Amino acid sequence: MTESAAELFAQREKRISDAIALRVPDRVPILVFFGFFPARYAGMTVQEVMYDPDKIWQAQTKALFDFQPDGDQNPYLLRYLGPILETLDFKQLMWPGHGLTSDHTYQFVEGEYMKADEYDAFLSDPTDFIIRRYWPRICGKLQGFEKLPPLHNIISYYMGIPTGFGAFSLPEVIEALETLKAAGQESARIGSYVRKFGVEMKEAGYPVQFGGICQAPYDTLGDFFRGTKGIMLDMYRRPETLIKACEKLLPFMLEMAVAGTKISGNPRVFIPIHKGLDAFMSLEQFKKFFWPTLRDLMVALINEGLVPCPLWEGDCTSRLDIIKDIPPGKACYALEATDIVKAKEAFRDRVCIRGNLPLSILATGTPDDVRAHCKKLIDIAGPGGGYIMDASTGLDDAKAENVRAMFEFTKEYGVY
Amino acid sequence: MDTKLVELMADLMEDEVLALVKEKIAQGDDPTEILNDARTAMETVGKRFETCEYFIPDLMMAGEILKEISDMVKPLLEKSGTGTKKGKVLIGTVAGDIHDIGKDIVTFMLDVSGFDVLDIGIDVPVQTFVDKIKEFQPQVVGLSGFLTLAFDSMKKTIEAIEKEGLRDKLKIMIGGGQIDDTVKEYVGADAFGKDAVAGVQLCKQWIGG
Repeated sequence: MTESAAELFAQREKRISDAIALRVPDRVPILVFFGFFPARYAGMTVQEVMYDPDKIWQAQTKALFDFQPDGDQNPYLLRYLGPILETLDFKQLMWPGHGLTSDHTYQFVEGEYMKADEYDAFLSDPTDFIIRRYWPRICGKLQGFEKLPPLHNIISYYMGIPTGFGAFSLPEVIEALETLKAAGQESARIGSYVRKFGVEMKEAGYPVQFGGICQAPYDTLGDFFRGTKGIMLDMYRRPETLIKACEKLLPFMLEMAVAGTKISGNPRVFIPIHKGLDAFMSLEQFKKFFWPTLRDLMVALINEGLVPCPLWEGDCTSRLDIIKDIPPGKACYALEATDIVKAKEAFRDRVCIRGNLPLSILATGTPDDVRAHCKKLIDIAGPGGGYIMDASTGLDDAKAENVRAMFEFTKEYGVY
Repeated sequence: MDTKLVELMADLMEDEVLALVKEKIAQGDDPTEILNDARTAMETVGKRFETCEYFIPDLMMAGEILKEISDMVKPLLEKSGTGTKKGKVLIGTVAGDIHDIGKDIVTFMLDVSGFDVLDIGIDVPVQTFVDKIKEFQPQVVGLSGFLTLAFDSMKKTIEAIEKEGLRDKLKIMIGGGQIDDTVKEYVGADAFGKDAVAGVQLCKQWIGG
């Protein structure tokens, strides 16, 4: 008897939620961050999939149906970016045709997109700061918004209205408004592919891994506004202001995650962690600047009935005792290079572990190396449930035969 | 040596140390001495990093303070008698990768440790590495890369260095996000460093000093 897609969907979803709830599933679930691996696997360039929605579909479904992970990641949100980035003349990424050759994965352009002396403006009115100062810096085609006055002063018929809209007749502002209209159409297009893909993959038997996304407030501030160096120096030069800005961002992050999960109907929230790892700050700094607002965010998500799924990039071994302090069985921690033995010890009755299979092995090793390492991971982290097999991070440049070994071995050896 | 200056800087007390430097300049202290004290403090900072008392933000902050002191003191130096350098290190992020934070920290730490460092930037084509090596003649080449695509770029860069007959004359170290022993073997480097201080130690070990 062949299992129907609906049965497979239910089995996969149960497997993932059992592992997260620290119950023993039928076998170790396997999930991956495909990244641009599907493009490579289907013989396409990064550029092709960033610009061609049909090719993304082909590439993603080929990888999905060949390897059959227990959940999928909708590829349109993170891959079909070419047209909208071009419409905006986006500055925070380099991508094929825009600073990189056709087969290189897009990369973030570090910068101090908010200067140190702009904290006050950000704190007093973040939306105003984002529209009139931040967007013009990160989108060439929105530069015209620099010419706008603060819109919070357009209040009523004798306060703001008579002359307040004057700036909207300036040519550069009109260009920016037209850009927004065009970007709106691109957003709508991405949205329709996201929905279509979600529906069809559900029909094919695949739950999505994540229904929403947000970031630790410190990461959002550091990644996009202050830059890595900027925010590191802020810890010394303006510690209180930095904490205030994180607190300001916290409700925005919660709102973003909740909105995503409402649309997708899936409670798992992806939280990539970029700047909280061992090397990037001391334990004291982590406890003071990074953890408080991240913990508040995760607890708020849990209280909303959602499942925070941070990907702890790098090595976070020194933080295990701090980060395990969340309600048990309600979250999933993906670990890139954190010590898996110590992590299992700390998280056993607390939080599901995911990943930790080094990408260096997947990209440069042999299938035997992969199997040996998967065995080690399942032996250490598998007992009692609470482990999901995955690579340490996105598969991008993993060898296909190694990915195959990872899947085949886990599905066989990972049975409880 | 002014132990107060050294201590304040090693403890990253930015305002206090800058006030002290200002005071010392006003009272006519030898600017070379001030700079030497700042470098001595940097050694302490490096040691604290090694023992995991300090982390990357501390290195960044120390770098900022050192730069501020240099900016105050350098105009007073008659000529920048930099003294003899320990040896030459060429460093760059390999083709296809535009990440620079790690590379910049390594460059900075090598520089304050007395090496003559040439940083040739990010997304550096294989041929540029070869050309710059011929020109600069370093004893050590550092290849930086954060993404997995950097593995193959590193491999190709080292192959090209070998093909040009330059490989035996230099040591190659690699570093970056995903880099480990597996990658070191794959690309054919001599060693990998897990952080900036490890990079400095490799250079000291290979070149001396």
